[in-house]
Amino acid sequence: MIFDAVSIVLISAGLFFMIVGPIGLLRLPDFYTRIHAAGKCDTLGQGLILLGAIVHEGFTLTAVKIAFLIAFIMITNPTMTHTLANAAYEAGVPAWRKEEGR
Amino acid sequence: MTDVWLIAVMVLAGLIVLTLARLFAGPTPPDRVVALDTVNTLTVASMILFGVIFRQIVFVDVAIVYALLSFVGTLYIAKYLGGEIG
Repeated sequence: MIFDAVSIVLISAGLFFMIVGPIGLLRLPDFYTRIHAAGKCDTLGQGLILLGAIVHEGFTLTAVKIAFLIAFIMITNPTMTHTLANAAYEAGVPAWRKEEGR
Repeated sequence: MTDVWLIAVMVLAGLIVLTLARLFAGPTPPDRVVALDTVNTLTVASMILFGVIFRQIVFVDVAIVYALLSFVGTLYIAKYLGGEIG
């Protein structure tokens, strides 16, 4: 019973971050701000949702596999975000500037 | 109990549709790559939720392999855009 409540709270928090990610991806003005929003969605939202799945599942083989997936995601998603931002900077993607007279 | 989890999966599916708009409309190639990676993230999360709802361990295995392939593919495209490959 209490495990159900904890897993629902964790998955709701994860869904909040997952909703923030695509909204930022649609609304923000240039690539560097968009990758900032998408990084939150990738790492934190996915980690919280998988943690809620672990709490609901209990101590089984599936939970161990999901725990490995969380550890993997915590390493690879920041790596990928950093590499992509660096590559875009090298390729000369323009950054957004505030317009004059605003 | 299952209904609550299915609502979460439906929200994730709606977010995939929202992200596809940026995937089609992104002005530069890195924008599209970020949108594709977000779609992959949402897909992995919904696969894990499906596997836990319906007690299918196969979904979890597929999600692990999907996350690995998504990471390798995005990293390769990023290296290509940065001019280190090709």
